Amino acid sequence: MKRFATGLVPVMTALALTSSAGAVGAQTVAIQGATIHTNVQDPLEPGTVVIQDGQILRVGRDAEIPVGARIIDGTGLVVTPGLFDSWTQLGLVEIGLSAEGTVDRTTSDERITASFNPVDGINPASTLIPVTRVEGITRAIVAPSNGASLIAGQGVLIDLGPGPVTAMLMENPVAMFASLGEAGASMAGGARSAAIQQLREAIQDARDYAANRDAFAQGNRRGYALSRMDLEALVLVANTDIPLVLEVHRASDIQAALRLAEELELDLVLSGVQEGWTVATEIASARVPVLVNPLVNLPGFASLAATYENAARLHAAGVTLAIASFDSHNSRNIKHAAGMAVAHGMPWDAALEAITLRPAQIWGVGDRVGTIEPGRVADVVVWSGDPLELTTAARHVFIEGQEISPDTRQKALFEKYRDLSRLPR
Amino acid sequence: MRRRPWILATALTMAACSSSQPERGGTPAPQTAGPHTDLFATDPFPSTYQRFPGQQTLIRHATVLTGTGEVIEDGAILFRDGQIVGVASTAALSPPNDPTLIVVEAAGKWVTPGLIDTHSHLGVYASPGIASLSDGNEMTDPVTAEVWAEHSIWPQDPGFGHAIAGGITSLQVLPGSANLIGGRGVTVKNVPARSYQAMKFPGAPHGLKMACGENPKRVYGTARESGTPRGPATRMGNVAGYRTAWIEASEYRARWKRWEAAGSPAADRPERDLQLETLAAVLEGDILVHNHCYRGDEMVTMIDVAREFGYSISSFHHAVEAYKVRDYLAENDICASMWADWWGFKLEAFDGIKENIALVHEAGACAIVHSDDGHGIQRLNQDAAKVMGAAAQSGISVPPEQAIRWVTANPAKALGILGQTGTLEAGKNADVVLWSGDPFSVYSRAEGVWVDGAQLYDRTAPDPLLHRDFMTGMAPGGMGR
Repeated sequence: MKRFATGLVPVMTALALTSSAGAVGAQTVAIQGATIHTNVQDPLEPGTVVIQDGQILRVGRDAEIPVGARIIDGTGLVVTPGLFDSWTQLGLVEIGLSAEGTVDRTTSDERITASFNPVDGINPASTLIPVTRVEGITRAIVAPSNGASLIAGQGVLIDLGPGPVTAMLMENPVAMFASLGEAGASMAGGARSAAIQQLREAIQDARDYAANRDAFAQGNRRGYALSRMDLEALVLVANTDIPLVLEVHRASDIQAALRLAEELELDLVLSGVQEGWTVATEIASARVPVLVNPLVNLPGFASLAATYENAARLHAAGVTLAIASFDSHNSRNIKHAAGMAVAHGMPWDAALEAITLRPAQIWGVGDRVGTIEPGRVADVVVWSGDPLELTTAARHVFIEGQEISPDTRQKALFEKYRDLSRLPR
Repeated sequence: MRRRPWILATALTMAACSSSQPERGGTPAPQTAGPHTDLFATDPFPSTYQRFPGQQTLIRHATVLTGTGEVIEDGAILFRDGQIVGVASTAALSPPNDPTLIVVEAAGKWVTPGLIDTHSHLGVYASPGIASLSDGNEMTDPVTAEVWAEHSIWPQDPGFGHAIAGGITSLQVLPGSANLIGGRGVTVKNVPARSYQAMKFPGAPHGLKMACGENPKRVYGTARESGTPRGPATRMGNVAGYRTAWIEASEYRARWKRWEAAGSPAADRPERDLQLETLAAVLEGDILVHNHCYRGDEMVTMIDVAREFGYSISSFHHAVEAYKVRDYLAENDICASMWADWWGFKLEAFDGIKENIALVHEAGACAIVHSDDGHGIQRLNQDAAKVMGAAAQSGISVPPEQAIRWVTANPAKALGILGQTGTLEAGKNADVVLWSGDPFSVYSRAEGVWVDGAQLYDRTAPDPLLHRDFMTGMAPGGMGR
């Protein structure tokens, strides 16, 4: 009863604010007069993009604006497709350390490796998701960490709009994540070759299992190294229904991964590849895409050739690459990462594509997101300027045609502490 | 060893601070200080730094951010013999008559003071990041004031070379934060050297690393291999640990000062204690306190601990909640060394906001962008830019000539070296960065970096002799950056 006593209007406002994060409905929006980077044609300087029913309705220099559309004056602003982070743990991690119950990225249960699917652990109410999306990131891969095995488990593709998780899911599973090289070796008894052998055995077992499910159920099949659930999950990889994402950095580890994928006829994505530029032509000729982080360059024994120019050199060699944060709380820094790639030699257009269109293509949804053209899902960001610049802000963020709320827990904290005189000492 | 003027200045500041604070019930008065003594300020590992040779250089037609809060369009800087001769508009700074003068035409480029990081673990957590090189945390006791970070520094850490490509000319290398009192930090020049002594910033005071909050209680609160839990296990245990250490240090200091006042009789010389010697030097004002502390309420507690024992805190580090207590920081003249956007990796970092640094700055306190990271130290200017952007979005405008202070003058102040570096002013060390453009643009890069007037980084002509040994002959990437 209290809410009626305090007045209906504020309650309605609160409801409207809440729902503006996702459920406003089929409002038509036109962003007029902005510089538009579509990823399919030269930038429109300026142009207009119209969003309707969750999709891009039209885009062009003088695109017709439907009667009754909400018009956003884009003069001096920049429009891009929503950004896409190819490696995060958004929704799986709230507080990284010493906060029991807030982390769901992995398990020590050795029977759940390839079958680990993060969906039921994703928390759509995580504070990280608004913090990330208000900075223009609209889609993300959610990937598990390695637990008891070098096979971490399945990743999924979500949008960063409101939950439930079923409303956020775009591809489930989208890929299988595993580690070779240093990390893989450490989980395979201490040697790189053992890691390769474990992975080879897992794929071979999955194929044998898939061809002999009945015999397995009757107990008439040889033993497998993995549990039934893990084998079922790996059948997707063995059949190339989903790609296998292998984290590797050292040049020789990259080459070993390429050999293994060729031998087993797998659909491969390489992740990390800090020495990737030294074997870029091999990666390019194998047509294997890579995920890179242009913010790292310190040498390790598996990354002696690490350089900020890795992305630029891979791109120049013809490798398809996506820039990923490999982070969760600061997934928002993929803009910074793309800017650093440009500062170190990558063409600007390619860097923007590496956080928009390339991930969409790598993850098999390039026909739905990653460009601004009619019929595409309306993930659209309106920026105050060059989206790769450090001082630029996202002014409007649309996910599936809905403008998301600018509210975050961080904004609420800022506003609470904006004026200390209102607070007790 | 003679006390340096800036240490005196620090001591005066401390005195001014403590006298301006209201007395609080239950707080014992600070220990009677008496005249300053050099008893605790000895340094058996003195700096052997010598500046590298450099030619007289004039950089002109640049946008110059002086670090004093000014911007000079079409500006120029002239330096010679390691020192800045003049900073002015290009028109006002005529080239000297010197046939060896190097003139850098810098139209469209920017010049700033050399960047300074108050919080680095370069050398003590060197690259590659393997167990062999993990030398930053003496996790054997919650109070290890007796250890000195400089004794862990590996001068061949390739991270130093990467840092200079990001404009870093000076940095403080600190012990880690596992311990309540982790040991001495050291301020070094970012120069290639065969010993750390040859990097040591001449005359810079040592730092003392202290740590609040989660780290010490996590490290010491759980049962060790012996099966016996030891303290601290809680935040109250943390505070008891600091106070116990300072009580011992106060008594140690008084003992030595009584001995000195009695004429330093050889027969009665007190026993030396390496741990308490460092803490006594803090109480004497010769070592600056650098206190890892995330939460606002814990910073307030540490201000009270400092007042109880009569020392001052030079800077809080990480200070993710500095914005909540920015008035306390301003009133007590305590700097806050912060990240632009790190948050949430533990609960004490959960309330991080991107306006943090700008709010501290706006409150008139000493705001610093620090790294605590071998990658972050390569781009302190970019982190400052992120803060400028977030602050502008929230209605707080910080112009470049102010933001540059977060990575130059303010860290110099916190390290006690503002008298020598941190701003571009005549007579100061010629620690200078030439940027390809606005240093707050992601696309700008350091083109030249001078330390005491010697160009130690040239983006167009990297000098292999300036590389660190580990990468020598190691990989085709080398100093690829």
